Amino acid sequence: MKNWFSRNWKILVTGLVIGAAAVWLTALGNPGNMGFCIACFLRDTSGALGLHGAGTVQYFRPEIVGILAGAAVAAIAAKEFKGRGGSSPALRFLLGGFVMVGALMFLGCPLRMVIRIGGGDLNALVGLVGFIAGILVGVVFLKKGFTLGRAYRQGAAEAAAFPLAYILLFVLSLAAPALFKLSTEGPGSLRAAWAAALLAGLVVGVLCQRSRMCMVGGIRNAVLFQDFGLVAGFVAVIVAVLVGNAALGKLAFGFADQPVAHTDGLWNFLGMALVGWASVLLGGCPLRQLVLAGQGDSDSAVTVLGMMAGAAFCHNFGLASSAAGPTANGKVAVIVGFVVALIISLLYTRRSNS
Amino acid sequence: MKQVDARGYACPMPVIMVQKEVQASTPQELEVLVDDKCAVENVTRFGEGKGYAVQVESSGDEFRLVLKK
Repeated sequence: MKNWFSRNWKILVTGLVIGAAAVWLTALGNPGNMGFCIACFLRDTSGALGLHGAGTVQYFRPEIVGILAGAAVAAIAAKEFKGRGGSSPALRFLLGGFVMVGALMFLGCPLRMVIRIGGGDLNALVGLVGFIAGILVGVVFLKKGFTLGRAYRQGAAEAAAFPLAYILLFVLSLAAPALFKLSTEGPGSLRAAWAAALLAGLVVGVLCQRSRMCMVGGIRNAVLFQDFGLVAGFVAVIVAVLVGNAALGKLAFGFADQPVAHTDGLWNFLGMALVGWASVLLGGCPLRQLVLAGQGDSDSAVTVLGMMAGAAFCHNFGLASSAAGPTANGKVAVIVGFVVALIISLLYTRRSNS
Repeated sequence: MKQVDARGYACPMPVIMVQKEVQASTPQELEVLVDDKCAVENVTRFGEGKGYAVQVESSGDEFRLVLKK
């Protein structure tokens, strides 16, 4: 047991800090149960860039910038900042887009799902069951030999292009805010002070880079290798958020009237199942993709760009759910996502390996 | 010595490739090549969990792991 703690303390600390930061950022003004959500915040940033026109979800979220920069700094310090890429980038872009379709059906990435659970939102437990189901489907293909192919060494410019461009755009959003869209109502208008959000992102980015925190990897490794190290981080986030919300008197168990959530169980399940499956194919959850993009992995950078494009599609084509529930278009898009995930899974499962 | 070349593969592929080899032939000694620090950690964890002693050598950007029973 002592040995287990000495091997997994980094992931436990990371989980606890993410949970605490999520509660803190919500207290400072971020939307309810949305202290940290990679999907929501990439969606808000797509909105700020004018890629979609949903006026309620437009804000250049500093948390994302912090995670990218924190991961980059930690990776450079550990000599792990390396250009890597070339493993089916177009398919990763597509899968990233469908991760976003699933996340915006449910209303949150896997990280927000555990934060919602920690806030007492029982709809997120339904999402968790779907998420696990999606991961299990992905794991079946991994076991049969699924891979999107190997990556290759890339140069420093390829490694730095995405995180640097993203950070510079953020600086521009501070220097010339009139160039960017900014919500005056809705979730996009609810925000912690930018410096606090950036700081929280930086800390989380450093910790996630060091600990390899991943919401999908935790459950995947537990199933594949009976390795429960990563999943401990997942549980630590829930514990920290539960304790934080209880301390602030914000814990409210139930299905109805949860912040930025809906109660359609079937589509909460299916949305997160799509996120789980597609994320296993991609090798990590949205948070992990962001951290890898920060440390020079251009396959992950393309995945994040796919998520941002996916968010724009979701709002331009009426795919995203709201507190009122899912949309018909969104349901069609999630089903299309399953078909795409199945086709990619089948095409890239090498029979020789099985 | 049996060899698994997992260079270029992102996690969890290297561990899956090692797991396959271990399940297929339960080698006494296995050489694993990877080029990612995360893969080094994960393969080491997996190997130690299966009762192997794991040695790591690095040369530049690449790592050679030797798993021994």
